[in-house]
Amino acid sequence: MKKVHVDVAVIGGGPAGLAAALAARSEGAEKVLIIERNTELGGILQQCIHHGFGLHRFKEELTGPEYAQRFVNLVKDTDIDVLLETMVLEVTPERKIYAVNSENGMLEITAKAVVLAMGCRERTRGALRIPGGRPAGVYSAGTAQRYVNIDGYLPGKRAVILGSGDIGLIMARRFTLEGAKVEAVVEVLPYAAGLTRNVVQCLEDFDIPLYLQSTVIEIHGTKRVEGVTIAQVDADWNPIPGTERKIECDTLLLSVGLVPENELSSQAGVAIDSITNGPIVDDSMMTSVSGIFACGNVLHVHDLVDNVSKESERAGRYAGRFALGTNNSVPRRVKVQAGNNIRYVVPHEVSSTEPVEFFMRVQRPEDDVVLDVGGLRRIRKASVRPSEMLDVKITPEQLQNLEGDTLIMQIIPQKEA
Amino acid sequence: MDKAKKSMITAQVVIVGGGIIGTAVARELSRYELDVLLIEAEAEVGWGTTKANSGIVHGGFHEEPGTLKAKYCFSGNQMYPKLCEELDVCFEQNGIMMVARTPHEMETVRLYYKRGKERGVNVQLFSQEEVARQEPNLDPKIVGALFAPEGGAVMPFELAAALMENAIQNGVKYKMNTTVIDAWREGDKKYLETPEQIIRADYVVNAAGLFSDDLARMFGDDYFSIRPRKGEEYIFDLSVKDVVKSTIFPVPGKISKGILVIPTAAGNLMMGPTGDNVEEKEDLGTSQDGFNRVFEGAKRLVPSLDARKIIAQFAGVRAASDRGDFIVELSPNVPGLLHLAGIESPGLTAAPAIAADVPGLLEEAGLQLEEKQSFNPRRAGVVRFNSLSREEQDALVKKNPSFGRIICRCESITEGEIVDAIHRGARTLDGIKFRVRAGAGRCQGGFCQPLITQILSRELDIPVTAVTKAGPGSEQVRYVAKELYDEEVR
Repeated sequence: MKKVHVDVAVIGGGPAGLAAALAARSEGAEKVLIIERNTELGGILQQCIHHGFGLHRFKEELTGPEYAQRFVNLVKDTDIDVLLETMVLEVTPERKIYAVNSENGMLEITAKAVVLAMGCRERTRGALRIPGGRPAGVYSAGTAQRYVNIDGYLPGKRAVILGSGDIGLIMARRFTLEGAKVEAVVEVLPYAAGLTRNVVQCLEDFDIPLYLQSTVIEIHGTKRVEGVTIAQVDADWNPIPGTERKIECDTLLLSVGLVPENELSSQAGVAIDSITNGPIVDDSMMTSVSGIFACGNVLHVHDLVDNVSKESERAGRYAGRFALGTNNSVPRRVKVQAGNNIRYVVPHEVSSTEPVEFFMRVQRPEDDVVLDVGGLRRIRKASVRPSEMLDVKITPEQLQNLEGDTLIMQIIPQKEA
Repeated sequence: MDKAKKSMITAQVVIVGGGIIGTAVARELSRYELDVLLIEAEAEVGWGTTKANSGIVHGGFHEEPGTLKAKYCFSGNQMYPKLCEELDVCFEQNGIMMVARTPHEMETVRLYYKRGKERGVNVQLFSQEEVARQEPNLDPKIVGALFAPEGGAVMPFELAAALMENAIQNGVKYKMNTTVIDAWREGDKKYLETPEQIIRADYVVNAAGLFSDDLARMFGDDYFSIRPRKGEEYIFDLSVKDVVKSTIFPVPGKISKGILVIPTAAGNLMMGPTGDNVEEKEDLGTSQDGFNRVFEGAKRLVPSLDARKIIAQFAGVRAASDRGDFIVELSPNVPGLLHLAGIESPGLTAAPAIAADVPGLLEEAGLQLEEKQSFNPRRAGVVRFNSLSREEQDALVKKNPSFGRIICRCESITEGEIVDAIHRGARTLDGIKFRVRAGAGRCQGGFCQPLITQILSRELDIPVTAVTKAGPGSEQVRYVAKELYDEEVR
């Protein structure tokens, strides 16, 4: 078995891993290694051939592969090592990584610091328990995206899309552009789950109907999907009798949420937040296991890749410092808590002496509100949406004024604030 | 096509149906110098009732004394360890526990205990404390249990595929995607008509499962009927482990063994099945109502079960007969026609024992049996990458680099295993999934399906658009990108 020693091992060569590796190297870590299971770097961005990436970071509208390439080029200009087509099978709490590829066989990689950047997977039909048969023609939206954009095949010609997540909206447009007909997008919530700009550009511009407070209650067909029955739902998401309607189609795409892939993390003993399904981290993005860091969609599902890059640079920087032994955490630990209409906040605690940037999501849409940051800052927001992350920075000076050890983030109506 | 225009092929013995019964019979007959052909309607073997089976190798204490079910279940159970060893398939002898929630139910459990004892089954009675010690996650209200340590679990599909593979190795011929549309007898000969051909046979083994009554009727046997009864099952993520060691049964109801909590041989926890009479033999839909009943039943055994950890569900239809028992008999009307019908639970357990009786039954009908000297009971073993040590994995990849490419990330299944499965007969995405579990994990094939589609296309030398989920009509991707757009423009 080949044995390798590195300063920082980054698991995953998507946008999170690329940014983390670059930051770790800049911080002075000498041997940085990216382990990527795919045939190329860039992660899921490689199949996101639509534009709209990088507006914040580069003030440009890039496609997914273009956005990834900017980081790939930067990596190529460094001495960062990259292992492609290499699957990590195990991470131990002592930061030993077992990975396999066809060239080297099994690798035992010992790292001073590990960055988890494995991304997320799509929720499946099984997780939703959609009743009916199990014919061909049911795909998660990302799988269909890969078939079309990477492999060059179109799954079917008449589609219904369950869930209005961003990938589903993007795929509604993609299918239409490929010559297929998208009969409907069906969303159980009273509002679209994806970004507003995607609702406009992918559905409204193509006259694709969006049915809110509705769901698919049955899949028809034995060999191939022949149709689905949709129905309106009540406040508890139960189908309302009498509202059923059958739509003929040969394809059902599911865009019903993403789940961070933390099987490796759990194996390494990393504590997981039951809301985000990602690791619990402090503001250095370190998990509950010393020397193991996390960033990107493995930590929590992001709205924009620009935010992934930003967060991952932080993780990479601290992982680099950890490897060098120059990490400077402070004894004081502040716990961060989600208050009114906040679903989660990342990081979960603060222990450094540097400014901290928090990412959070609300539980439900609200207009004319104030984001209250533990009484330390108050930020007016015209509207907050679950699909769009909120971010806020806090300086160590501001944190000095915190009473107690808990920082509560909450949304307050403007008139009450 | 007209009957007269169809070509004719012949075989001494034709087995109709490649479920667990048909494949077990095929292997059993391959011990003899015979010309045997197995035909199966689906694209691969084990795709009917078999693939949806719970995978339990029953203890043999459930069945009514004097029934064929009782006879074959117990003897089948005893054959499993050797059979699975010969075929190199997974057999977890993790035991079966029937639990009582009330003292009244405990009385019933004691009756089953007595029944098992009389039959020679290894059974033990557990007190409340013993239950709690062995299965700490069961409802503490459970007052006692019956434990049968020789019960176990297999992957039914894996077993059917392995039986078929071994049968083929020993000379059995097969035809997949082959449905019988008509059947008749002329003199000693039996004829089976398929859409393309006519097959002439000296002996016919009716192992057609749900359709065994239809086949019998084609031959003029109208004395039994199949009463399809559906069962829904729900599978949990692999991370839900060590919840129970053994398969947990409630005290059974009148027609079924009830809702069980099953640690499958694949490692996933499963709950089910329902038992609902249905009109349609191919009604494989799952339902909200079915889920509610399964979950409620399973929680009565293991209260901590979390529905959010469910990754997949499916349904199967049992081929129960109107006789309420297995039908293992030569047709009284058609010489040389053997019915193996109504094989519902515990059919999987019983299959090896039923199959073992088949040569004798056919001999009774006039078949000459001569043992085949070259018969090899062993199937070449399957490599399971994720069950090897790191050193073994390293050595394997150095020998064959395709084992270094992980295709299914959830279950760590390699390209080498997938290619091997194709060489052993897998032809479809479902076939790969059932054989090697690629796509059976928590992402349900979201990531690996496109990769496996490519591998199938490459290995079978067929276009990607011809790769199917489960045989003709279930093509995974129907069009080349832009194909429809071009059509529209033209």
